[in-house]
Amino acid sequence: MENVFEIRNLSSWFGDHQVLKKIRMDIAKNSVTSVMGPSGCGKSTFIRCLNRMHDMTPGFRMEGEILLDGTNIHSEKVDPVYLRRRVGMVFQQPNPFPRMSVFENVAVGLKLNGRKLSRADIFGKVERSLAMAALWNEVKDHLNQPGASLSGGQQQRLCIARALAVEPEVLLMDEPCSALDPMSTAKIEELIEDLSGKYTIAVVTHNMQQAARISDQVAFFLMGELIEMDKSGKIFTNPSDKRTEEYITGRFG
Amino acid sequence: MKKHYSEQLAGLREQVLRMGGLVEQMNRKVIQALVERNAAILAEVRSMETQVNQLHIEIDEACIELIALRQPAAVDLRFIAAAMKINTDMERIGDQAINIVERAEVLLSVPTLKPLIDIPRMADIAQEMLKASLDAFVTGDDELAYRTILRDDEVDQLKDQVFRELLTFMMSDPTTIPRAMELILVSRHLERIGDHATNICEDVIFMVKGKDVRHQGPLA
Repeated sequence: MENVFEIRNLSSWFGDHQVLKKIRMDIAKNSVTSVMGPSGCGKSTFIRCLNRMHDMTPGFRMEGEILLDGTNIHSEKVDPVYLRRRVGMVFQQPNPFPRMSVFENVAVGLKLNGRKLSRADIFGKVERSLAMAALWNEVKDHLNQPGASLSGGQQQRLCIARALAVEPEVLLMDEPCSALDPMSTAKIEELIEDLSGKYTIAVVTHNMQQAARISDQVAFFLMGELIEMDKSGKIFTNPSDKRTEEYITGRFG
Repeated sequence: MKKHYSEQLAGLREQVLRMGGLVEQMNRKVIQALVERNAAILAEVRSMETQVNQLHIEIDEACIELIALRQPAAVDLRFIAAAMKINTDMERIGDQAINIVERAEVLLSVPTLKPLIDIPRMADIAQEMLKASLDAFVTGDDELAYRTILRDDEVDQLKDQVFRELLTFMMSDPTTIPRAMELILVSRHLERIGDHATNICEDVIFMVKGKDVRHQGPLA
């Protein structure tokens, strides 16, 4: 399988505290990879490295290489803004721009990217993104309402639509359902399954049932180390490492 | 790529059906071979067992993966649990068909003892039970499952009848004993197939109603 990301010996520190220890991982194209582990294992730090979200964090330092389609994302040739367009991010708390309408929330990325698009083009892309995020039918008659007027689950799908609008290759999601109720969670999970195959998706979750349901591959992190990564069917029926087994059976610690 | 949950459940149902179709065919063909004294059909039945064994493994794998990855609940959980148990019963039915192949191979190498009447009747009923049990599984028809369980008595009675009849052959002419014994074994295997079909029906009732009707004597 083709790899989108190849991570080689990634270590990182916040000040003196080492958060990631020589992570080596490949992320396969057009599949869902979950990163799971207990709190503080470094999973969020890891996923945020993939689109250089830590660039501005004081005291952050890293070693190793992160290759996106073979190019080191820290090379001078790579513009972080362009990188983040190719590698979109969805956060734990839905964060639509509060003063913008539903429509503008999705269109904003297209406008900010400086591409000259006709109104019809923008409308087409907004509709397509909302449809892919499984939100179009619910909002098509309320496109001018504020984004913040939607329910939490709808807001999260709006954020996914916003990320999809700029046509990224990779979608990173940092606990995208942990602020949502079970029905909204089910919708987002279904959406992730729909999008896999067209996008490369990496999801951070501490909900291992969710990792099981949505992923093709699962990586288990513990205290900054990648303990094991394998097909989800293997991880959840017969993991290779005893620590993975203890974590997923709830015998951990 | 990973498919949606409902597609995975539908896929499992389809696998169970495919296996059910195979063991039904094995069952039908082996009796046909015995009645028509056609050894070529016996070889065909033997070759089908490989596919059945393969599906036996694949179905269990699919069930275990569904349980591990999807945390099925309620009717989905009962469906998957039923599929696993039905899987075992179907594999055993395939084994019984092979047991009959072995008896038939011996019987085809010696002169006919008597025209076969009750054994094909037993096979027909066992076959109908098997087909009905799988139909009940696919359509979630617990009424059909109940009715089918009741038919197991017919198979049992025929088995006793076959035994009594062959006993008179053996008592009047001991040279018939080897052939009669083979036929008695065939009827025993057919009776077991009826038992497995009954088990499948019980699993279907559990799947549909969530009610365990096993080991409770004649059904109310």
